[in-house]
Amino acid sequence: MKEYLLYMAQVHLNFRRAELESLADLGGISLDFASYDPESPFWVVQLESDDQARALVKRSILTKAVFEYWGSGPDYESLHRDVQSRPGYDERRIRVAQDSFKFEFENYHGKHKRDMSEKIRIIDGFQYLGLEGTIDLKKPKQMYTIIEEYGRINSQETTDEPLRLRFGRHVQTSDRSAMDLLDLKKRPYCGTTSFEAELSLVTANIAQVKPGTLMYDPFAGTGSFLVAGGHYGALVVGSDIDGRMIRGKGANANISANFKKYGMEGRFLDVLTMDFTHNSLRTGLPIDTIVCDPPYGIRESIKILGARDPEKFEGKEKVMIDGRPSYLNRDYIPTKKPYSLDALLDDLLQFACERLPLGGRLAFWMPTANGENLETVIPLHGNLELKYHCTQEFNKWARRLLVYINRGPNYHGPTNTGVKRSSKAFRDHYFSNANR
Amino acid sequence: MKVLTTNFLKCSVKACDVSNDNFPLQYEGAKCQLVQNENIEFNPEFMLNILERVEWDAVVRVVSELGNAGLPTTKPELPADADQLSEEDIIILRDLHTLLIQTSITEGEMKCRNCGHIYFIKNSIPNLLLPPHLA
Ligand SMILES: C[S@@+](CC[C@H](N)C(=O)[O-])C[C@H]1O[C@@H](n2cnc3c(N)ncnc32)[C@H](O)[C@@H]1O
Ligand SMILES: [Zn+2]
Repeated sequence: MKEYLLYMAQVHLNFRRAELESLADLGGISLDFASYDPESPFWVVQLESDDQARALVKRSILTKAVFEYWGSGPDYESLHRDVQSRPGYDERRIRVAQDSFKFEFENYHGKHKRDMSEKIRIIDGFQYLGLEGTIDLKKPKQMYTIIEEYGRINSQETTDEPLRLRFGRHVQTSDRSAMDLLDLKKRPYCGTTSFEAELSLVTANIAQVKPGTLMYDPFAGTGSFLVAGGHYGALVVGSDIDGRMIRGKGANANISANFKKYGMEGRFLDVLTMDFTHNSLRTGLPIDTIVCDPPYGIRESIKILGARDPEKFEGKEKVMIDGRPSYLNRDYIPTKKPYSLDALLDDLLQFACERLPLGGRLAFWMPTANGENLETVIPLHGNLELKYHCTQEFNKWARRLLVYINRGPNYHGPTNTGVKRSSKAFRDHYFSNANR
Repeated sequence: MKVLTTNFLKCSVKACDVSNDNFPLQYEGAKCQLVQNENIEFNPEFMLNILERVEWDAVVRVVSELGNAGLPTTKPELPADADQLSEEDIIILRDLHTLLIQTSITEGEMKCRNCGHIYFIKNSIPNLLLPPHLA
């Protein structure tokens, strides 16, 4: 085992561990979280090899990079002493001493930008490493990184000098740049329901979306999770009861245009106009992962197929237009009726355990409370293990990501399906919304 | 709607689930408009994974309804590992890529062989919603 330094983003701290743990599991890597500090951007972990470090970090969004850890200290003198006295120093150094290289500076919290002469002076301090390769600023074989951590004095100011220095050999940059690549602002088609790139990618990571597998978003809307799933190599399919959402605004502004822009048209199967609760995906089709953001009844109402007032529709199926039943008209729009969030989520959990393989994951988002701050209860199904619930706080509300693993019929976890989980006031609230 | 999707769709009427005739849906070739998007890149490994999910009999049936009778009646036997694909295997996979992934039905109708309900494909998007008496 060797020591590696993970350098993480100081955002969405509630999601970082779930992401790392899921990626470790995906790569068959055992990570001991005993020393993990949820508040710190730095974490020194034990891994077998560079390959393992790469596998762990390559698709992480909340990690920035991973380094082979060479040492740290409160100032440069102590750093150099630590680097030279850590076990394995010679081995680490000699293995790469002939490779071309460059030095990089990372700055945590600091406002102070080092100029070239300062940097050169600091780099000169590492002479003892005996690096004999050529310096190559464009395509170095090795990159040595100095991370200078400054201290926070108050919300505005930081210390003039770093409080701690960390040093290592760069092994892998994360996939964090994907959040820029997939930024909603630059996406041909998005809408008010679109989910931001960063957390949709994190969701796909925690859900362990795998290349060459099938991912389904039952409530696809503008297709944000489909994009995230496609980014990680899955074949993605979505459905939505509202045809307008998935149709988009013409050939240059629809879900398929998004996939085209990102060069992953081949991973976009289709979006279907379909009521999730009247599902057409054939029984027996293996769906590896389900990722979604169900309607909550807050901004959009929850509806399914069927007449709210069946008497009004009695006999309507006999109405003929041009010798054909009117419901078989190409432009027929079926009526819908309100449905409860409890029932919809029960259906989702039930569907997940029928369709996911053993070990397959269901990940979806849910507000922690409704518009009037009434707590929502996490739904549980006996065959699904609730693996994570991570909360994202906003000023006036919060939502959580729920991630379940299908454990199959022999698993008997706690369950609360079929009961009215939402408080009465909550249900009244969204029903009144639904009727509006 | 990609031809591959025809292999994933059954009738949405729940009562049809007890029948064996609710999958695949029936496609009337004359009413289906097909287009091919040659820009979709071929990835043999990806295709191999997808083929694992495919019900071959349904592919043969739907594709012949759409006017192509040339498919073998049994699923091609291919190695599980993409590294072991022969040149011939690659040709087969490439043809299936053209058929299943590059070809879409942009306009058309699909009918349940059990209940007879007809679903429309408009602007490449299938509409699987049901009238209240079938929901
Ligand atoms: C919160 S939005 C999801 C937005 C999506 N993540 C996106 O990227 O735009 C919920 C979606 O569920 C759809 N929906 C509501 N009821 C549904 C049902 N019974 N079946 C399928 N979709 C439904 C709504 O039309 C809406 O687009
Ligand atoms: Zn039917």
